[in-house]
Amino acid sequence: MVGKYPLSRRAAVRLGAAGLGASAFAARRSSALAGVRKTLLNVSYDPTRELYADYDSAFATLWKRKTGDDLAVRVSNGGSGAQARAVISGLDADIVTLALAYDIDAIAKSGLLSTAWQERLPDNSTPYTSTIVFLVRAGNPRGIKDWPDLIRSGVQVVMPSPKTSGGARWGFLAAYGWALEEYGGSPAKADAYAKALLQNVPVLDAGSRGATLTFTRRGIGDVLISWENEAHLAIAQGGKNFEIVTPSISILAEPPVAVVDKVADRRGTRAIAEAYLQNLYTPASQEICARHFYRPRLTEVAQRFAAQFPAIKMFTIATFGGWTTAQQRFFADGGVFDQVYGGSR
Amino acid sequence: MRDRAASPHQGGWTIALIAVALLFMTLFLLLPLVTVFAQAFASGIPAYLAGIADPNALSAIRLTLLVAAVTLVVNVIFGLAASWCLARFAFPGRSLILTVLDLPFSVSPVVAGLMLVLLYGRQGWFGQWLETHDLRIIFALPGMIIATIFVTLPFVARELIPLMQEQGAEEEEAAILLGASGWQTFLRVTLPKLRWGLLYGVLLSNARAMGEFGAVSVVSGNILGLTDTMPLHIRAMYDDYNIVAAFAVASLLACLALLTLVAKTILERRFLGAQREARIA
Amino acid sequence: MTEAGREAPSPALPAHPRRDAVLPVRQRRVGWFPRHSILPGFGLSLGITLLVLSIIVLLPLAAMMGDATSLGWSGFTKLLASPRVQGAFRVSLVCSLLAAVTSAIFGLLIAWVLVRTRFPGRRLADAMVDLPFALPTAVAGIALSTLYAPNGWLGALLAPLGIHVAYTVAGVYVALTFVGLPFVVRSVQPVLQDLEAEQEEAATTLGANPLQIFRRVLLPAILPSLCSGFAMAFARALGEYGSVIFISSNRPMQSEIVPLLIVNRLEEFDFNGAAAIGTLMLVLSFCVLLGITLLQRLTLSPRHA
Repeated sequence: MVGKYPLSRRAAVRLGAAGLGASAFAARRSSALAGVRKTLLNVSYDPTRELYADYDSAFATLWKRKTGDDLAVRVSNGGSGAQARAVISGLDADIVTLALAYDIDAIAKSGLLSTAWQERLPDNSTPYTSTIVFLVRAGNPRGIKDWPDLIRSGVQVVMPSPKTSGGARWGFLAAYGWALEEYGGSPAKADAYAKALLQNVPVLDAGSRGATLTFTRRGIGDVLISWENEAHLAIAQGGKNFEIVTPSISILAEPPVAVVDKVADRRGTRAIAEAYLQNLYTPASQEICARHFYRPRLTEVAQRFAAQFPAIKMFTIATFGGWTTAQQRFFADGGVFDQVYGGSR
Repeated sequence: MRDRAASPHQGGWTIALIAVALLFMTLFLLLPLVTVFAQAFASGIPAYLAGIADPNALSAIRLTLLVAAVTLVVNVIFGLAASWCLARFAFPGRSLILTVLDLPFSVSPVVAGLMLVLLYGRQGWFGQWLETHDLRIIFALPGMIIATIFVTLPFVARELIPLMQEQGAEEEEAAILLGASGWQTFLRVTLPKLRWGLLYGVLLSNARAMGEFGAVSVVSGNILGLTDTMPLHIRAMYDDYNIVAAFAVASLLACLALLTLVAKTILERRFLGAQREARIA
Repeated sequence: MTEAGREAPSPALPAHPRRDAVLPVRQRRVGWFPRHSILPGFGLSLGITLLVLSIIVLLPLAAMMGDATSLGWSGFTKLLASPRVQGAFRVSLVCSLLAAVTSAIFGLLIAWVLVRTRFPGRRLADAMVDLPFALPTAVAGIALSTLYAPNGWLGALLAPLGIHVAYTVAGVYVALTFVGLPFVVRSVQPVLQDLEAEQEEAATTLGANPLQIFRRVLLPAILPSLCSGFAMAFARALGEYGSVIFISSNRPMQSEIVPLLIVNRLEEFDFNGAAAIGTLMLVLSFCVLLGITLLQRLTLSPRHA
């Protein structure tokens, strides 16, 4: 239904709407009985719980209106890597919405979906973006403004483990990218910065949510390196105890989405699954994303929520040669993270 | 009657030791338990009830009960079969079976879950076969049941084997010689003698089955409202800023634990009473 | 037969695996187990036993070992040489050992207090000992971590002293002590109960001080059961996962335990690595299990010889 070539955003929106109608029709024809209860499993990463809880009910309503079929979208949340592992091992995900492309690549490598999955939806199959920001305690008592403040002695930094958490990988690369820029592209100096940073990290939780809770609920640390959306959520939950600090430069985090071909085909849910993902690009859905503090791709929606998303200078994963290269260089066994982390103790 | 501690020590030393022991127990056992209930009711009773009445919590409770029920049936059948052949017959390989039977006690629950992934996962031994036949084991109910059976398998059998050995086979042999059938002997002679031990084993295995976390967490896909058992739901709520709901469900499991302890204490008394009578007779 | 009945162990049931109550094969009385028994049902019961054991225990075990061997010898040694794997084994072994020692010391004390003294609430305390068996590990985990967090009841008391338990390796130790305690108490308790209190009293009358009584009278008698309780607590601690992950900071080489490393390996898509570490753990548990069995022979021999 969706071509294997990149689409312009606006075309995608139109196509998304049209696709919804067409695929709805297809789905209706395929399920001879109208009013059939279909289920869809969206396997997602940690911080999207609230976003997809909202989106799922909106989409189910939409689907019911278009087709008359009841749709129950089930969600599974967990660390991005853990979720990808589960899908590879046989968790029946029709859709994966994970923290980074590498995790979906890993699923693709196991043969469950085309390795060209990123070309199937607009914007590299990332309907919303986010970035990495700092969450500090109210009043910012340690005066944390930017990346260099994180390596001052006595500052305690909380972040999840890049070995298991997608958010932590984005965070680590954001820090590393800043250091590269700051020190004229010298990897040795960037390594030294990363090492100093990790020395200030007392806790490496397995996932983003765990790290957030360590910082907010347990009161550990002076600053949390966090997804922007997760930081906003923490503030929404924790009242006036925290505030967000945006660094001078950060990374454009692109959490991708994809239909798991083999599962969707086997379960006969491809039409719904594709409609579900395409519909993420429509203005109404983009607004849901924005309300949950994900940066919308659609300019008109982004403009309306501009106050909520300060402009930050951002670089992309392409700076590091894409996720496959970055994963190998930084997070594989013996990679940069292991070197600076092992050396930091 | 056999209470040899009838003339207990008293004095400064003793009181100090009692105090230390009780302090340790308070810190390590009592306080965690109290914490569960304190946190569960921290935001009042309505919040507590809301945490339990949540549809996902209810489905987790249902799933836990279902898994525990299936596990229980398997454990009882296996326990009776294993104790019958291991306590009543001598055969080569008997001690090997006893060793294998003990394995689940010493294998980390996580390793138990891992083994199932390697066996039934899509890339595991049976992965392809299961996929072609459209069968789901892991990330579905069967996997969670198998994982739970693995970690609880020895409880009933380990309770029954020594009991059967202790009781000896004379009564059964007599029944057989008098012309009773095998099943009659088993149902009329063996089972009644085993009932307290069986109940005791079931109690222990059930407490573990309902509370199992490590093994089940590896083979559950964490699908909200579908493959979340109570312990997994507790983690999900705990991670989801919903600490009251987490502790509310935890308090149910803590109540179960307390009930188990009470039942166990009662059983031990009855059980022991029965054993003593048997000894006197 | 009545003779055997009288000798049968323990007025109080040891709570958990009643390993000590199973007669090792070599000490089995042949008369009890006629090689050609007239009892029926051998085939059926053995069949069920083997079937269930194969499906539930042996087959998965084989799958894991098979996967681990696919790593090859060089892969295996490389894995062993990895600082993270070594770190996890060090954390697991050291914490489990310390926790088991703590359980042994306080478990012995609690058992002695429960058997030899009378105080209000003793029965209740006796029942409470089994709490870690009955309380699900995840519940224990969130409770302990709330309790020892810097803003928790105990954590708030310890924080001014500079002691941080939650989210440090100390948290691992606390959680492992919690799960191990009942094993020691329930191993030692029945032996203490069978032991004549008069011996201790006689020693007191003869002017021995409590320390001497403990060393000369008590310890020799209960040592085997204490060791076996210690070994069981140790084995349980090695494998524990649920309660630890909530209270530990889960830092590689600092507080990452082996079961967590296995889970993390899985999340890094390293199935073979996970299987290899799992196999290593299995070998380790097997050694501990063997140790327990040997200790139990020691425990049993004076009573069943």
